[in-house]
Amino acid sequence: MTPDLAVSIGSLKLPNPLIAASGCFGYGLEYDQVVDLSLLGGVVSKGLFMTERQGHPPPRIVETPAGMINAIGLQGIGVHRFVKEKLPLLRERGARTFVNVCGTTLDEYVEVCKVLSDAEGVAAIELNISCPNIKEGGIQFGCSLNGTFDVVSAVRKATTLPLIPKLTPNVTDVASFAKAAEDAGADAVSLVNTFLALAIDVETRRPKISNVLGGLSGPAIRPIAVRMVWECYQLVKIPVIGMGGITDARDVLEFILAGSTAVQIGTQNFVDPFVWSKVLDGLKDYMTRHNVARLSDLIGAFDPTPPKATHP
Amino acid sequence: MPPIDIAARVIANARLSSDYSVLSLAAPEVGARTLPGQFVMIKPEGVTDPLLRRPFSVFEVLRNAQGAIIGVSILNKRAGPSTRRLYDLEVGDVVLCLGPLGQPFKTVASPAKAWMVAGGVGLAPFATLAESLAAGKTDTTLFYGARTGDELFYLDFFERLGVTLVLTTENGARGTKGRVTIPLEAGLKTLGTGDTAMVYACGPEPMLEAVAKLAARYHQPSQVSVERVMGCGLGGCYSCVVPVRHGGENANLVRSCLSGPVFDGAELVWE
Repeated sequence: MTPDLAVSIGSLKLPNPLIAASGCFGYGLEYDQVVDLSLLGGVVSKGLFMTERQGHPPPRIVETPAGMINAIGLQGIGVHRFVKEKLPLLRERGARTFVNVCGTTLDEYVEVCKVLSDAEGVAAIELNISCPNIKEGGIQFGCSLNGTFDVVSAVRKATTLPLIPKLTPNVTDVASFAKAAEDAGADAVSLVNTFLALAIDVETRRPKISNVLGGLSGPAIRPIAVRMVWECYQLVKIPVIGMGGITDARDVLEFILAGSTAVQIGTQNFVDPFVWSKVLDGLKDYMTRHNVARLSDLIGAFDPTPPKATHP
Repeated sequence: MPPIDIAARVIANARLSSDYSVLSLAAPEVGARTLPGQFVMIKPEGVTDPLLRRPFSVFEVLRNAQGAIIGVSILNKRAGPSTRRLYDLEVGDVVLCLGPLGQPFKTVASPAKAWMVAGGVGLAPFATLAESLAAGKTDTTLFYGARTGDELFYLDFFERLGVTLVLTTENGARGTKGRVTIPLEAGLKTLGTGDTAMVYACGPEPMLEAVAKLAARYHQPSQVSVERVMGCGLGGCYSCVVPVRHGGENANLVRSCLSGPVFDGAELVWE
């Protein structure tokens, strides 16, 4: 029996739970020559505003233990060029395209979503209310419960596309933000965006990246992200899309057991652009070994019974 | 051809000095596809420290005694934890090697001359370029500057290809004392109207800026290989951007992994 990897995010059916995370996969087409985009559950675009943005000056990333800090600054081509230049090619390649939507104001979020609702080939909208790296917009909505509720409500009225707010971990209780998003009509939530971080060059006493602060990603954050997914899963009924430092099938399974319906892979794309087929094989292998017919049966199947003490 | 990723065995790691080594990797499929100026993204296998790969110009395309391609080498200089780790690798260790990536140099043919300008580890992309130029019988010169005479490497290799060597060292131990731009400018002054020297450059950023500006001042074309902190090498992360200006447009930040690492020196905007 072939293991069934399919999952559903509301009305959206995905052949498997693996989605390329925003900002870690360009517009998807950059990876066209090394990955068959149709084999992925989905592809999330780089964050898009109404207009083009140049982003921050380099250096934009620095490596840290088992992770990296980035402040790209949402360099991007804007929603109109995306719809015209990228979307048709993504459609041709059979990609299920999630578009990451940014805004500096509530109105901009709504306008970008309207443009995408009128376009052909958008599978879902991921609402970026969590980018830690730009001053205006985004995080100011994502760090306040009222702000989260207001922006999700406003966008909800403007589009019937599946709506997935992406949550920041830089709050005291991320689950309450998932709840606010659910109450405002979100179809799912995705988490976590990066952890606000700082790396200092001790020789020069200056920051290692131009924006001073940036977002930490990679394996270093994974246990915190898994914990946050579990917290959200227990509080909300809508699907949770988990991410944070996934490198292989075991990491994916941790997120799924903690309550993720689907997962996103980000930083690992940089380390290994061929990660996708390896993870798919690993999931099938696990399901065969554990006699699991449907991967969706594992969602939230985490058993918090404490483990027995073992001697190393 | 699309890049491929090889878990490549270390064939050799020749320490040229206490800082430099030539790391040879068994990656024939990468070598067979590589054009001069292209790069690979590498890291030791199975570790999260370093997590990310690092970009290196392909130094040599390696062949066996029968002439079949067996891999690639990189010229590594110890500068931080990651390059120290590469310096310490032993034969049999495994390195992930993704490539080839990026835009190659455009070669020129006679009557145009090729002038390669290398600073330190910036020698890296010029071994394959010199081979390609020699195959086309282009009159080729290497202007090569290093800190000391001990850090001028592979001179025999370039001489065997018929490349004219112009050497400089900061301490004057070998060649002319001072920066490599001094003999370059002297050379540019000797060019007559109608002479073309394609100036290729790779090295520290101030050298690249000086070389590109010198070439422009003497109305010669240039191709510059830049180095930036790079996350993925495939255009996914937008870390490695450089400001580029086409014609009269405003400068745009473009990804050096896709649009570079080789750029038209006249289009780069220096900050």
